[in-house]
Amino acid sequence: MTMSQPLLQVRNLRVEFPNRHGTLLALDDISFDIAPGEILGVVGESGAGKSLTGAAIIGLLEPPGRVAGGQILLDGRRIDKLDADQMRQVRGRQIGAVFQDPLTSLNPLYTVGRQLIETIQTHLPLDARQARERAIDLLRQTGIPAPEARIAQYPHQFSGGMRQRVVIALALAAEPRLVVADEPTTALDVSIQAQIIALLRRLARDKGAAVMLITHDMGVIAETCDRVAVMYAGRIVEMGPVRDVIHQPAHPYTQGLMGSIPAMDEDRARLLQIDGAMPRLTAIPSGCAFNPRCPRVFDRCRAERPELLPATATLAACWLHAAMAEGAP
Amino acid sequence: MNRPASLEAPPGALARFFAGDVWHSFTHSPVAIVSALLVLLCAVSALFAPWLSPHDPFDLATLDLANSRLPPAWMPEGKASFMLGTDDQGRDILSALMYGARISLLVALAAVLASVVLGVGLGLLSGFVGGRLDAFIMRVCDVMLSFPAILVALLIDGVGRAMFPNAHESLAFAVLILAIALTGWVKYARTVRGTTMVERQKEYVQAARVIGVPSARIMRRHVLPNVLGPVLVLATIDVAQAVIIEATLSFLGVGVPPTSPSLGTLIRVGNDFLFSGEWWITVFPGAMLMLIALSVNLLGDWLRDALNPRLQ
Amino acid sequence: MLAFILRRLVQALAVMLVVAFIAFMLFQYVGDPVTNLLGQDATVEQRDMLRRDLGLDQPFFVQFAAFVGNALQGEFGMSLRQGQKVSTLILERLPATLELSLVAAVIALVVGIPLGVYAALRRGKLLAQTLMGLSLLGVSLPTFLIGILLILVFAVLLKWLPSFGRGDTVTLFGATSRWTTGLLTADGWKHMVLPAITLSIYQLALIMRLVRAEMLEVLRTDFIKFARARGLSNRAVYFGHALKNTLVPVMTITGLQLGGLIAFAIITETVFQWPGMGFLFIQAVQFADIPVMAAYLCLISLIFVIINLGVDLLYFAVDPRLRIERPGPAH
Repeated sequence: MTMSQPLLQVRNLRVEFPNRHGTLLALDDISFDIAPGEILGVVGESGAGKSLTGAAIIGLLEPPGRVAGGQILLDGRRIDKLDADQMRQVRGRQIGAVFQDPLTSLNPLYTVGRQLIETIQTHLPLDARQARERAIDLLRQTGIPAPEARIAQYPHQFSGGMRQRVVIALALAAEPRLVVADEPTTALDVSIQAQIIALLRRLARDKGAAVMLITHDMGVIAETCDRVAVMYAGRIVEMGPVRDVIHQPAHPYTQGLMGSIPAMDEDRARLLQIDGAMPRLTAIPSGCAFNPRCPRVFDRCRAERPELLPATATLAACWLHAAMAEGAP
Repeated sequence: MNRPASLEAPPGALARFFAGDVWHSFTHSPVAIVSALLVLLCAVSALFAPWLSPHDPFDLATLDLANSRLPPAWMPEGKASFMLGTDDQGRDILSALMYGARISLLVALAAVLASVVLGVGLGLLSGFVGGRLDAFIMRVCDVMLSFPAILVALLIDGVGRAMFPNAHESLAFAVLILAIALTGWVKYARTVRGTTMVERQKEYVQAARVIGVPSARIMRRHVLPNVLGPVLVLATIDVAQAVIIEATLSFLGVGVPPTSPSLGTLIRVGNDFLFSGEWWITVFPGAMLMLIALSVNLLGDWLRDALNPRLQ
Repeated sequence: MLAFILRRLVQALAVMLVVAFIAFMLFQYVGDPVTNLLGQDATVEQRDMLRRDLGLDQPFFVQFAAFVGNALQGEFGMSLRQGQKVSTLILERLPATLELSLVAAVIALVVGIPLGVYAALRRGKLLAQTLMGLSLLGVSLPTFLIGILLILVFAVLLKWLPSFGRGDTVTLFGATSRWTTGLLTADGWKHMVLPAITLSIYQLALIMRLVRAEMLEVLRTDFIKFARARGLSNRAVYFGHALKNTLVPVMTITGLQLGGLIAFAIITETVFQWPGMGFLFIQAVQFADIPVMAAYLCLISLIFVIINLGVDLLYFAVDPRLRIERPGPAH
């Protein structure tokens, strides 16, 4: 493990949504790091808080949502308390974003080229000709054939997979150090998904950018990421190197997740399921949020909320591993 | 045996209405409460004018020319019994405007009712039957929409007058109400048609048809409750528009018959006195008209926001 | 694209035919067509001759065709009220209405759009809310009332501006033409101010509300979110992206609305006694002057149809999604 300073540090992040019934706590004490050039996967069910985490990092939380506590640091510098103008300069230049639906991510009334050149010129001191060359180059790098011709076309003239490539090109236009990708392949055909993921990975490696890959698809995580964080009900329940989380999950929820994925070489009669459903934000149980569904629950789980504790190979927020932490030599 | 969830008809919009959000947002919105109160005030004072008004402006026996052209009570020559002044014949302006508002509101409500019945009926038919009938009705809607309401109303009114030159008063009213009604039915037809088409595809409707439930019953029991919400919003704003159209027609001299002056008529008559300085004869009926239109519009606006699921 | 234009032209023609049909019905069956054509002072011999000439015994379609033929030449008979040819009357009044509508349209657009954008961007602030409140007033107040109020304040109380008529006019295109304009004289402008403002207010309020609503919708879209995520400046996001996407749908609705100005002018012209087509039409309705009503109907429909067509073409020109005839190559 390298000892360089992490690129992104999230510490005890809390995000809440005040509404007329009270205040909903959507993210509760989230902490993780991303090292430069690393690909971190953030996985979980719908509503677990993955997208919110991404939105909080790029400073685009939809009101009335707001950061209620904790810190977000980029290169050691706090970015959660920046004013609007400063945050705007961070976005695009330091942090890029890719969203789920490529069709709605692009302005249908402007050519792809215009949108690219505009982004490039906002952040980099290039004149129109240089910006255009760079735009064509970006399109080429993202695997779009005949970029000189396609740069003058409109988004609706591209197929879904091609559009997402354009979106990636836009996200990388100003050479950001971190890319937050929120479900980048969910809206695409399965056959295209693999291509886009491979592209993202390759570009990240080539440019040395770190990636925060948010998805609900464990397969994508397994293919792409170095480390993964598993989220549940607004909290991180397990975090660690991807191989370890998949093969030696320490948290009962993660175990349930891994167990429910059918493997090609297994012979199984029925799909395994975790009983029950993730609790709604208005009704999160006290103690460990997973305790009502956990097959290995005991008293302490209902009373106290566990922090991320070192388990065999990963960190897991589970009291089952308290003994290990306390008993470490 | 359990019926699959998709075969159960969803609860009607009306049932959900008071169940929570809308009522809550009403009680928490000062604008909604104030406008609703204003509407209520205007409606009550207008509809009950014969009993509530201080004088009867149509009773010739009570008119006294000595009382004519009096300014409002708070001005130097005003009299307390004629709160808002009198016109050139000695009629009390306050009473006149209450009666006038009554006529305006009654005409508007009748017109909107006719409009709703026509529009909802055609919309149901269009959406349920589909095919050529639907295409035809939609074409008609398109053409009607491209003409401003006032033009349609004027034309129908004009034709009515030409056809029945010495019409009886009730016929004149009928023509007027019809004219206004025909300007507004299109939006109901379109909304209802849209909802009907959506509901028609749903499984419980198809199941009902297979069993043999008559179409009319399906439309009434399942489609109607679902369109009531939007129709209510449209109708509320429509009342304001109908009031304005009627007032405009009456102001132009082609609205209500002169024996039953509405607010528009009063404003027109009062207009002649603007330059001689007796502004109150036209301003107060004008203010009343404005109050009614504004408060109904506000109420309709609030209602639309409250019933819009996306803004929750 | 050609197919599109052709289709719209055919539709326009169909609408005009329907309108002509309605006008024809008015002409023939409401009131007496002979009187409509000759006026009320014709003698019995003249009437009988005309009856034969008109072929009132001819089959329906022949009469209809004759009507349409006449209409295309602008021949609508004689006004029952004024005793003059309808076409003369309308041509005399047309410039006045067109000028009034044009000035009102310009006011509505030039004031309405920026205010709407402002109200969207500064949503929740006091000024924006005040503007929205005023716009509600604008659509709630009947036009004639606004006119009366303006007259009360500016003509009666302050005595700054005149309250009726068109003022001094200048004849364009030679002394024998009928095209008069008030735009070239200061007096003409003085007379134009109050009526134009009155006419524009309803449209202005509508445009403002529409622009605001549309802009708020656009500001919630994904591509705006993505634009912000790319770090584009507020100016680029609001005025580069959001505004253009707002104006495209707004523009079409607005175009159609502005066509309605010509009809709304009826009211304004009556309040200010502006000698335009609208005033003529009202007098026709009051008097049951069928020929004028029929002619006005046809003319107005023509104007609307032309505006509709123009707006469709405009939409075509501005939205690239409509222009391409086949989708791009799939990968």
